[in-house]
Amino acid sequence: MSEPSAELDDKDRQILRELWRDARQTAQKLGEICGLSQPATWRRIKRLETLGVLGARRVRLDNEALGFGVTVFLGVKLATKGQVSLDDFERAVTAIPEVQLVQLVLGLYDYRLRVVARDLPDFERVLRRRIMTLPGVGNVEANVLLSEERRPGPIGA
Amino acid sequence: MQAPDDADRRLLRHLQASCDLSIPDLAEKAGLTPATVARRLSKLERSGVIQGYEARIDYHVLGYEVEVSLRVTLDKTQTNAFDMFIAAARKIPEVDEIQTFLGRVDVRLNVLARDMAHYQQIYRTRILTLPHISDIEALMLLSTVKNSEGLPL
Repeated sequence: MSEPSAELDDKDRQILRELWRDARQTAQKLGEICGLSQPATWRRIKRLETLGVLGARRVRLDNEALGFGVTVFLGVKLATKGQVSLDDFERAVTAIPEVQLVQLVLGLYDYRLRVVARDLPDFERVLRRRIMTLPGVGNVEANVLLSEERRPGPIGA
Repeated sequence: MQAPDDADRRLLRHLQASCDLSIPDLAEKAGLTPATVARRLSKLERSGVIQGYEARIDYHVLGYEVEVSLRVTLDKTQTNAFDMFIAAARKIPEVDEIQTFLGRVDVRLNVLARDMAHYQQIYRTRILTLPHISDIEALMLLSTVKNSEGLPL
């Protein structure tokens, strides 16, 4: 097993977990939770940022309240493969605003896409007009997201 | 709850693009006054349109080189298959996403591992021992081409 690229102790992991849960917490509040002084907490946060472990903060929105009631994951198989077709497909698919996530994968499909839409008819429109017309697209499988739970991952242990 | 209006959407669009913008910066970008921005943000937070702010953890930096999307079909003849499967999956620290679907796939688990040996160990000892699995397919992540998580507001 390879050595971790950045050594973290329990306090670092606790700070990461807390910021993962709520990124707006101040160094003082985090310090109280972790049993550290405010300056010590601040130094640790800065170190985690410098290491790159602590990434960008993002806002979590209620999709449904904003009119996006449907999230669909698509597995896309390309009909033809080769460097050119991957580049063409990626360029075109990343330009679609409803497509939130594009991942190149190894397995049954070539790409995984996360697509948001207002409702199922709107999703059908995106699928027919934007996805199925992408260069090189072959077989597409759709799964409608029912529930989603994010976990802190290995540092949560 | 009052539905978010155009100014709210404009504000959220900029907030989505960068969470670290100060209120004066946001105000300038959205063409609103700082006082209006502060008031609108607190209203959006109170009403739950803004659910919270989260920091990303970059597991790659921590030496997790392998990421696999496991697409699981469950044995639905078991009435509580979903609940039991998900409760057990939550106990695996290397699982950072649990999603349920309507479609050919029932549940998807995102698994993080240090390397292939580590992944194989998790797969054999933790994943295959989860209850009520009828089939599993794996997609191994090669690269993330786009990850905006933003809504087209």
